[in-house]
This record gives sequence, structure tokens and C-alpha cells, in this order.
Amino acid sequence: MIKHFLNLEWKQFFRSATMGKSIAIKILMGFFALYFIAIFLIMGIALYPGLKKIYPEKDPFIIVNGFIFFWILGDLMIRFFFQKLPVMSVKPLLTLPIKRSSVVNFVLGKSMFSFFNFLPLFAVIPFGVTLLFKDYNPTSVVTWMVLMVLISLINNFLNFIIESLSAETELSFLPIIVVVAALYGLNHFEIINISASLSQGIIAITENPFLILVPVGLLAVLYIFNFKILRQKLFLDHSLKTKVQEVKASNLEWTNKFGDIAPFMQLDLKLLWRNKRPKSSVWMLGLGLMYGLFFYPNPMYQEQVWLYAFVGIFVTGIFLINFGQFIPAWDSGYYKLLMSQNIKYEQYLKSKYTLMTLSVIILFVLSIPYVYFGWKILLAHFAAAVYNIGINSYVILLGGSFNRKKIDLNQRAAFNFQGTGAVQWLIGLPLMLLPMGIFSAAYFMFNFEVGIAVLVFLGLIGIVFHQKIMMFITDKYLDSKYKMINAFSEDE
Amino acid sequence: MLLAKTNKTHNHMITTSNLSKKYNDNTVLNIATLDIPKGQSFGLVGNNGAGKTTFFSLLLDLIQPTTGHIKSHDVLVHESEDWKPFTSSFIDESFLIGYLTAEEYFYFIGELRGQNKADVDRLVAQFEDFFHGEILQQKKYLRDLSKGNQKKAGIVAALIGNPEVIVLDEPFANLDPTTQIRLKGIIKELAETKGVTVLISSHDLMHVTDVCERIVVLEKGEIVKDLATSEATLRELEAHFAG
Repeated sequence: MIKHFLNLEWKQFFRSATMGKSIAIKILMGFFALYFIAIFLIMGIALYPGLKKIYPEKDPFIIVNGFIFFWILGDLMIRFFFQKLPVMSVKPLLTLPIKRSSVVNFVLGKSMFSFFNFLPLFAVIPFGVTLLFKDYNPTSVVTWMVLMVLISLINNFLNFIIESLSAETELSFLPIIVVVAALYGLNHFEIINISASLSQGIIAITENPFLILVPVGLLAVLYIFNFKILRQKLFLDHSLKTKVQEVKASNLEWTNKFGDIAPFMQLDLKLLWRNKRPKSSVWMLGLGLMYGLFFYPNPMYQEQVWLYAFVGIFVTGIFLINFGQFIPAWDSGYYKLLMSQNIKYEQYLKSKYTLMTLSVIILFVLSIPYVYFGWKILLAHFAAAVYNIGINSYVILLGGSFNRKKIDLNQRAAFNFQGTGAVQWLIGLPLMLLPMGIFSAAYFMFNFEVGIAVLVFLGLIGIVFHQKIMMFITDKYLDSKYKMINAFSEDE
Repeated sequence: MLLAKTNKTHNHMITTSNLSKKYNDNTVLNIATLDIPKGQSFGLVGNNGAGKTTFFSLLLDLIQPTTGHIKSHDVLVHESEDWKPFTSSFIDESFLIGYLTAEEYFYFIGELRGQNKADVDRLVAQFEDFFHGEILQQKKYLRDLSKGNQKKAGIVAALIGNPEVIVLDEPFANLDPTTQIRLKGIIKELAETKGVTVLISSHDLMHVTDVCERIVVLEKGEIVKDLATSEATLRELEAHFAG
């Protein structure tokens, strides 16, 4: 049975319209993976001697165990945003003589081979080997290493439970942040000292290997829980069920000020508000706005002026990046309609551009309170906003003409909790790193003001040549019209 | 002389010449000539894979022809977009915007076709019995309607804005018998009294012969029959498809 499933997945990958892009992304992801492997490896090797050097009188093994709690929290967060349950198109399988349980077991089993579960090993094994060389009890060390693998797997399955539960809610990323923050808070303010108890638990297990049955049991419980959730989703009526939504109508008359692009803007606003996935990109705004708080209050970063541009691009451009990169895939479900209707492509693109520009302006205005941390920050945000409007918005629109992956707004596909993973963030990187590079270069060569001026100047060039650039982009879209129609009508 | 010439070009709403579509050497459509006069109700029949949807997709410039071209009202559809203002279509559910209500969808299409809300309301009001009270004022998004009701909304949306060419792919499929009969009335009226060129495809020989003045049979991408509908047409078609 597993052979059949693997065969199906293989074909799905190589026969999809987006294969070229998938391979390119896989290669890029491969490099990222190597990078993290290297970091973990170095960490694993350097951990013991490093800790010994800083705290000569303490046992590094004990210190490391004290940190396991924070590792679990961090791991959960990262998994939540980047790790997705393997997707499988199950509907065609349901009426075939295949046991539902074997489908579920396959999906869950496959998830265990995720990179996220192997990554910790690159740190755990070298550290464990060092411990052996330092004459720790071999049984304890081996038990400890097994325990780390178990914790990793527990996180793996815990994450899917959190994801499937939070997929039901509107603010999908809120539960995880609340849970992690609450645990961290309880620990930090020593209401319950979780990290210490966990550390004691781990040491107890290493001293008495039989206790390892406790995490094994926990893992089994989580697996069964996941199994039940997924099995439930595997019934046809779950994916076919028409969950009728109450219509939320709002007055969008104000968009008429934008003239001939008004109908498209209304459509886009409804798209954002009435569909779960685009809606989450609206909620991301709040998160993005807060992003500056990670940096600015910290005196360490106060000196790192070159970072301001990066934060500015992120804060004012988070909607642009999140929403923009899926143009025109947002409309993929009815792309044929748009292409055969009485529409000028130009208006369609202009509406998207206007929406993104508005978001940048609004976000800039909302980010003005950051002036509390210094007027330079405000200036940097302003320059970043101009750059976003004048350069990044076009880049992302242009990128859209290469978009060949449709988005299923209806979200009926089983297991499709959030739809996007790490890739979404990768695409945003050049948009943020390039202006940061330009700004830093100007800053280090000349001074802060020149850096700002360069960003603003670049942005203004883009704004001045708006018509020309939009015409160029429109041509690109017209060129790939048939390819897009073809790819968007492909069933996943 | 000049008058005769203008007359001629206006007689033919849609002209097709040397049209072919190939996918990797596999010819799915090959039509030497096919001219459709203005105001004709034109039916396309054929088994699966005969090329009906391919022809409509070419007419709507959703795919590129391998050779030849289609002219709609003297506009080369794959080169200019000027055919769009007078052409409307409903091919499948992907022509619907799932997260709009039926009214919003009609208004949206209306705006694209230069109609204000009052115009759209007036047009849609004529189809109240066609909708059977299941489409309008339902406070439901189109994605939550049944397949049949989605189709009704899509077909009516294709009538908005006084199009001169209407393309409907399989309009009768998924509709209940009452609605099928109503739809036949609507299509006939469009062609007969309003001079609209209506192109439909169908697997249901009875419905096409009821509605269309002319029926073209496609087989493996080629035209094998081109009939002016008469009493004998249905029998002839049935005989043809029975093999």
C-alpha cells in the first residue's frame, strides 16, 4: 500500500504544471537545510567545551537540560509557521478499497521523516558523543539521546494538533503564540518552574531508563489523537459538506473614488474579507506592525542603524509581500472569467497596485509611534515606504506574471490547514534584503541621510515612471495569459 | 456595391478559417471553414473529446490556435481584445466568483459591461421565475449554492450588458427539467427577437434540436455534419450517434 502512495506522490510532483518552480524551490530549500545542519553540527560539537569554559564549576549536561524547555517552545513556534502536514489528495482514494487507517498512517508516518525531526540530531549526536568521551554513564547518555528524538517527535505531532485546531479559528496563529507565551510567562515569572521540573524529569529518565516509557506513552497518545483528527476528516461528507456562510456585506461605495478600477477594488476587498487564506494576510498586518518592537527597544540594536531599513520595509510592506506574491493566483479560481470578460488587464493590475500602495501608506501612518525610539526610525520607515511603493510593488507584480500555482480559496482540500509554508517567506527575502543592502552600503560609505536619500530616490523613480512600468508589466501578463489559464485550470 | 459588402460582413458574425488546435501532434480540432450568421442560434454536438469546448475556448481566446483564426464581428480574437465588449459566455463554474453573492456577481459583471445597478436589476428581474426563488436575496455566497443554481446564475450573468454573441457550454447539464424548458425559451427568444448570436453545445440531442436553427456535429475535431434544423433532424442525429 505504501508503495502505491509513494508512487502517486512521485507522479503528482513530476507531472504538475509547477514542477520547474518546485524543483528550484527545493534546491533553494536544500541550501537552507545545509546551512541549518552546519549550524546545529557546530553547536553540538562546541556545546560541551563552550559551556565548560563559561561555567567551569557547573555540569554542562545539567545546563543543557535546563534549556530543553526553551528549545521545545522555540521548536513548536518554528514548526507551526514552517512545517506543514504532508498534503495528499485523498478524495479519489476514498471510494477505493483502501483502509482509511492506512491513508492516515501513511500521512502521519511520512511526517516523521520531516527535516524538522532530523535537524536536532545534528546537535544531539555530537553532544552525546562528547558526553561519552567525558566518561558519563553510557546508558544514561544513550537514553538521553533517545529521549531527545522522542521529544522531537512529540513536538512533531503536537504541532499538527495545534495546527488543526487553530485552522478552525480566524486568527490562525494566535493560539500558538498565546500558548507559547503563557508557558514562557509562567516559567519566567516562576509561577510554575516548568524548565526546572522538565530538567529534573529528563535527568530522572536518564538515571532510570525504564521511565522512558512515559514520553513513549505521551507520543503514542499524541499519535492516536492525530490519527483520530485526520480520520474524521477522511469522510467524504467532511470535504463535501457545504458549510454555508452567512453573507457579510459592507458598504464599499468609497472605492468609487478610484474610478474605473473601483469594481476590481471592491472585488479584492471582498476577496480579502470573505476567504480564510487572504484574510490571514490581513491579520498578519498586526504582527508585522509589532515587528519593530523586537528591535527598537533593545539597546543592542539602537546602534545598528543599517537594520532600520530592513525593519521599515517589513513593517510597511508586510501586506504587500503577503498579498502581492499571490497575484494573480488569488483570482485563479475564476481566471477564465476575467480573461473573457470586458476587462482591460491594465485596470486589473492597477487595482492590485493601488491596494498595495494604500496598505503601505496606512501601515506607515500606523508605524509613526515608533518615533518614540528616535526620529531616525521614522525617517527610515518613510524611506522604506517610498521604496515599497516605487520598487517592491512592481517587482512583486512582475513576479506574479510567473505565477503558475492556483489557490483554492474554498479550502475544501483535506489536510490543507494553511496552504503555505516556508516558501512564502523565502520569496519575501529579496524584497527585504535588497533595500537593506542598498541602504547599508550608502550608510557605511557616506552617512544615514545619504542612505535615506538613496532609498527615497529609487522609490521616486519608480513612481515617476508608473505608466511605463505598468505597461511593461501588463505586457508580461498578456504574454503568459494562455499559460496561466492552463495552469490555473489544472486540478491539484 | 458597397452596401452589399457591408451587408455581407455583418451577415457573418463569426467566421472561422483553417482553424486547428494541436497538442503535441495530436489534432483536437481542425475546421476549414465555419461561418455563423448574426442572430443564429447555433448548436454544437459531439461525443466527448469531439472538440466542442476547444472550439469555444478558441473563440474566447482562452487557448491559442495552432493554425488559422476565428473572426468575431471582423475582430481577430487572438490578436485584439475588441471582441470582448459584445461577447459573453458561461463555460463552467470557474466563470463564477465563489465568494460573491449572486447579486454582487451580477453587479460586478454589469460594471465590467458598462451597466449600472438599475440596468442589471431590470434585466435580472425578468428571470425571477427562472431562478425559482433560490438565487436572489438568499444571503448565500455562490460557492454555497448547488451546482444547478450556480449554473443558473452563470447563465443569467452571461446575458447582462446586451451582448451580441453568447457562448454557453453544456447549458442544459445539471439543470432540473423545469429550468431546462425555461432556458430553451430564453435562448430562442434571444436569437429570434433580439438578433443575438447564441452558440451552445450539448450532449442532449433533443434540447439542441428544440433550440437551434442550425446544428453542427463534430467528430474528433472535424465537422461531419452541418444541418439546418427540421422535423427530420433529431432522427438523423440519433441515427448518426447510434453509429
